[in-house]
Amino acid sequence: MPHKTFFWFFFPTGLAMILFIGLPIVSSFFQSLHIENQQILMEVENCDPFGCTTNVRVDVEATEKLKEENPLGRFNGFGTYTDRNHLAFDEIKEAWNTSSSTSEFKDIVLNLPFYKAVLFTLTFCFAVTPPVIILGFIVALSINTLVKSLKGLAIFGAILPMIVTPLIGSLVLFWMIDSQGIIGATIKILFGDPNLSLKSSSTLTWITLIIYGIWHNTPFAFIVFYAALQTVPQDPIEAALIDGASRFQRVRFIVIPHLYPVATFIMLICLMDNFRVFEPIIGFSAEGVAQSLSWMIYQDLRNENKMLFGSAGATSMLTIIGIAILLTPVLLRTWKEFRTER
Amino acid sequence: MESQINRYSKQLIIFNSIFILIWLTISIFPFLWTLWGSFKVKADFFTRSDWTYALSGFNTLIETGATTTVKAYIESWTEGEFWRATLNTMIVTVSVVTISLFLGTLGAYALSRSTFKYTFYILIAALIFRAMPHITLVSGYLFPFFQLNIWGILPTTIIVLVAINQPFTLWLLYSFFKTVPKELDESALIDGCSYFQAFRFIIMPVMWPGVVTAGLFSMMLAYNDFTVTALLLNQENYTMVPKINAYLGTIEYGGNYMWAVSSVVSATAPLFMIIWFFQRQLISGLTAGAVKG
Repeated sequence: MPHKTFFWFFFPTGLAMILFIGLPIVSSFFQSLHIENQQILMEVENCDPFGCTTNVRVDVEATEKLKEENPLGRFNGFGTYTDRNHLAFDEIKEAWNTSSSTSEFKDIVLNLPFYKAVLFTLTFCFAVTPPVIILGFIVALSINTLVKSLKGLAIFGAILPMIVTPLIGSLVLFWMIDSQGIIGATIKILFGDPNLSLKSSSTLTWITLIIYGIWHNTPFAFIVFYAALQTVPQDPIEAALIDGASRFQRVRFIVIPHLYPVATFIMLICLMDNFRVFEPIIGFSAEGVAQSLSWMIYQDLRNENKMLFGSAGATSMLTIIGIAILLTPVLLRTWKEFRTER
Repeated sequence: MESQINRYSKQLIIFNSIFILIWLTISIFPFLWTLWGSFKVKADFFTRSDWTYALSGFNTLIETGATTTVKAYIESWTEGEFWRATLNTMIVTVSVVTISLFLGTLGAYALSRSTFKYTFYILIAALIFRAMPHITLVSGYLFPFFQLNIWGILPTTIIVLVAINQPFTLWLLYSFFKTVPKELDESALIDGCSYFQAFRFIIMPVMWPGVVTAGLFSMMLAYNDFTVTALLLNQENYTMVPKINAYLGTIEYGGNYMWAVSSVVSATAPLFMIIWFFQRQLISGLTAGAVKG
């Protein structure tokens, strides 16, 4: 296809992606270099019969004017990146100097908002992905052995958690395991502890979120494995059968090696999707104990009247750097595979 | 031979059946429970004392005079203005699917037929774009959108969702177009068709399965989106998912919690029906995407 034809075919989608995926990243970066305008203060002298007092108050007019002239705020360089809510260099330095042991230092650092969010996001990513791949594989193998007439129904039932949006999925689960829901209330009665609830400990909340993550992501792994199982060549399996291999051996030495590239693909998608986790946090009302990077950005932006563009931009850039580090090995592998394929 | 491969030992069949049953219970029961609970009052669905109330509808009987009630549905659709959210969702979903298929098929066709090296870099770039968390993009939109005064309205959200969806659509359709033999459009070109004519009259007619699959995924993205719609739309233009979240924000009204429960049912039921109908296409789409990816 000549360059010119290619250009016109590709132009609309390319333009859409550059305008709404490429530029926003640049725009986020510019925002992150700025910080909200300070309020302009003025001194007002109040005089009454008992004497004069000077009060400091906000000059609303001047503040508005400054905002109009400079809607993005004032230039702050990389100041937002290093402040307390992001990389918190000063706080870490101080913690390093004052803390007596490494565990104390670790405690202080992991209580800073950004590092807390990083810890949760990474824990979620790496706790969810392996079980998803293993469970998805087992479900796919099981459903693949079903008789044809039942397959359709079983597949439909098994993919339901994936179809609904994370917010609705987490709400549906939350309404069951909440202390007033069917499972939560039953557990309370079983353990005889009326105060036992999901929110009573942060570990419990994290475990719930991770279980939700596995519930939501397994259908995707299942369906990809299921589709790939249909492409497993039959000849080596027949040969293995003649040589007396058991079913387990056939799965272990023929099917699994065949599915390796597919597992890489699932891992890539799972890591990508779980790194952006934040809807379950809202669904489970777990904001108190579990914050993710995406949730931090959402928190900065959700208030229509006072959006913290600078802070949100800085967190966004750090999130993008994080995902780049996380995905580079997998991306490089895809790159190589793709190259040899051509 | 075929039959021998597919002959399984008795233990395996039993283990399989039990495992599938457990998994299906885990994945289906929460939805059935929500459906059941949406016809009860809050005191039953979120019971503090006895969970069997949710089954028997004890408080529902006291409050409404019957063991099931559709009060939450009627109130959320009228008073809660869920009808407006439904309408918005329909507008957004239909527009996003149409536009992204139009752009996606053109782009993916070009990518699959060009032999130059830059197609490879474009596909890798699309993969990287796919990895961007949506919220980081949203944080980049808000400020320019406020300045241009296009925040809060449906068209902006539709274009943003189309763009966010393009990388995935491109990859999916690209792998579908690759399966259509090149000779087909080459012979059309020799017969004097332009590239666009070959695309429109030769390739598109055999591409319907791929287009349906890509359309399904676009639909799921647009229908289910929360991140973009919650932050880029104003209250009146909310689609279903942010609307449900808005109901939850007002816990002070006892009834509103049940509004959310009934709205969850209203929102998921059509989606499940569509997926049930197009299930085969969804799986074939993932096959194409996964095996290549």
